[in-house]
Amino acid sequence: MTAFLSVLLDGVASGMLLFVLSVGLSVTLGLMNVVNLAHGAFGMVGGYVCVVLLNRMGVPFPLALAGATVAAGLLGLVLERTLYVRLYRRDHLEQVLFSIGLVFVLGATVDWFMGARQQLIQLPEWLSGRVEFWGVGLGRYRIFLIAVCGALVAALHLGLVRTRFGAQLRAAVDDGVVARGMGLPVPRLFALTFTLGSALAGLGGALGVEVLGLDPTFPLKYMVYFLIVVAVGGTNTVIGPFVAALLLGIVDVLGKYYVPEVGAFIIYTAMVVLLLARPHGLLKRADA
Amino acid sequence: MRIALHALPWLVAIGAYFAMPEQLPLLSAIAIAALFALSLDLLVGYAGFVTLGHAAFFGLGAYVAGILGQQGWGEPISGLLIAAAVAALLGLVTAPLVLRAGELAGLMVTLGLGLMLYEAANKAAFLTGGADGLQGVEIWPVLNTWRFDLWGRTAYLYSLAVLFLLFLLAQLIVRSPFGLSLRAIRENPKRAAAIGIPVKRRLAAAYVIAAAYAGIAGALLAQTTQFASLDALSFQRSAEGLLMLVLGGLGTLYGAVIGAAAFTVAHHALSEASPQFWQFWLGIALVALALLGRGGLMGALRRMTRR
Repeated sequence: MTAFLSVLLDGVASGMLLFVLSVGLSVTLGLMNVVNLAHGAFGMVGGYVCVVLLNRMGVPFPLALAGATVAAGLLGLVLERTLYVRLYRRDHLEQVLFSIGLVFVLGATVDWFMGARQQLIQLPEWLSGRVEFWGVGLGRYRIFLIAVCGALVAALHLGLVRTRFGAQLRAAVDDGVVARGMGLPVPRLFALTFTLGSALAGLGGALGVEVLGLDPTFPLKYMVYFLIVVAVGGTNTVIGPFVAALLLGIVDVLGKYYVPEVGAFIIYTAMVVLLLARPHGLLKRADA
Repeated sequence: MRIALHALPWLVAIGAYFAMPEQLPLLSAIAIAALFALSLDLLVGYAGFVTLGHAAFFGLGAYVAGILGQQGWGEPISGLLIAAAVAALLGLVTAPLVLRAGELAGLMVTLGLGLMLYEAANKAAFLTGGADGLQGVEIWPVLNTWRFDLWGRTAYLYSLAVLFLLFLLAQLIVRSPFGLSLRAIRENPKRAAAIGIPVKRRLAAAYVIAAAYAGIAGALLAQTTQFASLDALSFQRSAEGLLMLVLGGLGTLYGAVIGAAAFTVAHHALSEASPQFWQFWLGIALVALALLGRGGLMGALRRMTRR
């Protein structure tokens, strides 16, 4: 039972990470109708920035996380303004080719500078080791992840529901044409949201080095996970993707732990089944 | 003049057999890649249906032909036909799923199905050899006459002959009323439906034909290399097929062949320098092609000849 609880907690932690990594994609896909298979690349960049800052320059962990967030956000802003902006009105084939190309370029660049091996980070003392709660041993880092990601979920939800920016964003996702007609600065919303989503992915990548691993194949390896979160969660809320990510993380970790021989098959099957059963989580918005 | 233009690529292909006897394995790889790109052209280029999981059919064909050869039925041509039939069957079963979901979700369903098959082959090691690949494939001589030799002479001529025949068939398909209706669907599905084209059924048919083509391409790979591995099912292969097609030019048939040749030669040359180098330039090429618009090499050729 205690072993089960530990595994469950691992699942929750990795689900939270998946949420932070993919929430940006769910908004950008809904807002811009761009098939962006390169979203994970921002997570990868964040992860590597964190590794370099932490391991080579000895920057404290929280600052390294901040650095990863800023670096991925800046990269997102630059790429959105220079390249993605040209693809909004193109068809899906071109978007697919473009984003796969971007993944290859960033992956090869990272491989060139850092090598193809898995990256490891040295966590600070206050985050390593385990604590006991009622006889259940819980990793401190897992608890830290859940706290940080939980705070992010709350902040994003309030931001989307309560702020003016959030209201504009929801309007633009619901119906871009009408939002434009009402005078909302939709292109600027695009750029801001893309930057924010990339920054969050960078943070997720940095937080995830310890849990999800990090190597140049990271964007492709987790691409399906991000797409599932988006497909299942829908595009106009924070809570939808959050629940989807949480479920995905738990199912994935439990599956890997208890039925390793089936492997990732469960996840892919779940993706296909959910897409067929509930295409509207994604499609209602994207096709409008 | 037209006939000469049409004959040119095939004369070059036959000439290459005599001119580059030491590069025959590379030439076979080109012919097989061209067949795979051709199958994508029928679906993506003509019917306008984008898929991210086409390697599923390629890999399935490879494993079917490979397992047949391993289990004692090495007759190559019936092997191709069986592989095509099995791949077409998978296409027939999955087409309703893929088409039901609609454009964006359908794209992801093709991706998911491809990954499912990859993972299934990976785990079913008793059947597929898992990550080690399928060992011990034995293929009999083609038409009981030509053995598969060490230099790859038979492999190349066999692959080229299959490619040629299927290319002719593809030409018939795209020029038929059926092919024209696919183009109508690509240009405007709603209008196509309005003039009485059964859109979903035609797309499903294109999907199944493309699946059979890809299955034959995979079977050719397994037969000529006497080996099948998970590579054949990978997402990378689906993506590379799309790149070859876009590089050569969508919806032209010849574009698929030219794109596959250019891609395979570039891969050969660049990955010798270093794998990262190849991946980097492949990525740059994809980004540039996506941003600069379609047409590819065929588009460039057309602009040149028009002048």
